[in-house]
Amino acid sequence: MLRYQDVIIAGFGGQGVMLIGNLLAQASMEQELEVTFIPVYGVEMRGGTANCTVVLDSLPIGSPLVREPMSTVVLNEPSLAKFQPRLRKDGVQIVNASLIARELVDTTIRTVYIPAHDIAHGIGNVKLTNMVALGAWLKATDALPLKAVREALHRVVSAHYAKLIPINAVALEAGYNFADSYAHKNTQN
Amino acid sequence: MNTEQMPDRILVKGNEAVAYGAVDAGLRCYFGYPITPQNEIPEILSELLPEHEGVFVQAESEIGAVNMLLGAGACGIPAMTSSSSCGISLMQEGISYMAGSHVPGIIVNMSRGGPGLGDIGPSQGDYFQAVKGGGHGDHRNLVLAPSTAQECYDFMFKALDLAFTYRNPVMLLGDAIVAQIKEPVRRVPPAGTRTPEYLQSLVEDQRIEGYGARGKNARPRLLKSVYLAEGALAEHNRLLQRKYADMRKEALFDCEDVDDAGLVVVAFGSVGRIARSAVRQLRKAGHRIGLFRPVTLYPFPDEALSALARGRRFLVIEQNIGQMAEDVRLAVNGASPVLWHSVMPGLFIGANELVEPILQALNG
Repeated sequence: MLRYQDVIIAGFGGQGVMLIGNLLAQASMEQELEVTFIPVYGVEMRGGTANCTVVLDSLPIGSPLVREPMSTVVLNEPSLAKFQPRLRKDGVQIVNASLIARELVDTTIRTVYIPAHDIAHGIGNVKLTNMVALGAWLKATDALPLKAVREALHRVVSAHYAKLIPINAVALEAGYNFADSYAHKNTQN
Repeated sequence: MNTEQMPDRILVKGNEAVAYGAVDAGLRCYFGYPITPQNEIPEILSELLPEHEGVFVQAESEIGAVNMLLGAGACGIPAMTSSSSCGISLMQEGISYMAGSHVPGIIVNMSRGGPGLGDIGPSQGDYFQAVKGGGHGDHRNLVLAPSTAQECYDFMFKALDLAFTYRNPVMLLGDAIVAQIKEPVRRVPPAGTRTPEYLQSLVEDQRIEGYGARGKNARPRLLKSVYLAEGALAEHNRLLQRKYADMRKEALFDCEDVDDAGLVVVAFGSVGRIARSAVRQLRKAGHRIGLFRPVTLYPFPDEALSALARGRRFLVIEQNIGQMAEDVRLAVNGASPVLWHSVMPGLFIGANELVEPILQALNG
């Protein structure tokens, strides 16, 4: 497992960017890591652009903000345009193929081009797009065990939505498995 | 969050940590008026305080809130208000009256960009307002500058202790980053915390002049900031100045890697922790750089800075157009060069943006 990791998660307001950022932070804390989560959003909420930064480390964290992230999860095109140029050259990005055209993706950057929206639709709810993407990020970075994040769902999802926890776990796993086979496919090429 | 199996660390925003810290430290009353980016403080206290037999009042304005704070403090009640920049400006008259009347109270400023209405992004532009008084007349607030959510929690204990020990307004100065960052927090009183009962004993001590009457048999006492008789105001100000001189021993700071450093970066609050990342990065690359983070902004840790001056240069980094830099220059008093780098209010910066200015200061 990596000692230090940071990620910017970005998309439209309403795509669940903050929820997966929170989930990742909660899971990191429960893994006895240090972690910071900081949201950045405009005055608008649903429909506007939103992003958050999560930093995890085994040591106390200095800056909770990163200009050039080690990884990103981008769920829409404006977010790709904003964060792809800032991503570290040795970084990795999770790109939502359902909403982002392939020709926009910088081929020199390690990318998991995942149809997160379509996978979520296949599972039964397009609102799970965020979980699919987070699952892929977990595999691509190896930052935390999938199990830790699945467990943390119980602390992050409110009691009112508790019945949706199992399907969120399925979505995390689907994204994780996609990134796994994606990596294998790319190695074979 | 599921509270049934509360882990020993909780993941909370700086604002939430302020609210939990306040309640755990013994706060009895909160008065305030909503403003971004500090709204989680009243949101949580509106639920917690009534549960702890405390009082939560959403005031009609910031002016109403600060005068309620004055009233509660005058009765020796641990009380606080919170706001952001423009709201804090509105409170300055009341804060000056509190200082002039020796009234304790806590004011939290999760500041935003200015001047004027500014924006809701991070800024340290309220430094002067916080540490130079802010209101009219010769008065000082004790000012604490948290940089983490844990410090937001811990400093509420410190703030209450200082407010009652010195019978003075205490300000917690944060910003949008400190307010909105979510981090693990341990919800246990920090080491050296004095009990709410001890602080209350300071209030109940009838030998000490200053607090308003409470209970049937208390003798009436007058709290005021008006002194019209010839020489009376001079005497009152002498007393205040003696108190401010007493406060100087409360100066706190945090420093890292300064011993062999040729350059010491001085930064507080959120910028203090961002600078720490930049300093560590440059240390790894072999540069002799240290970090000095004032924790109390008033009293300013000037003796500690002055002691470091010989053989070292300073680089002050702050998110304003150069305020704390003046206090660093006063502390160093010409003994070594004090350089300054400004981060413009409203910007969200990372450690990488500070590396270049630090290298320039090192080589320049």
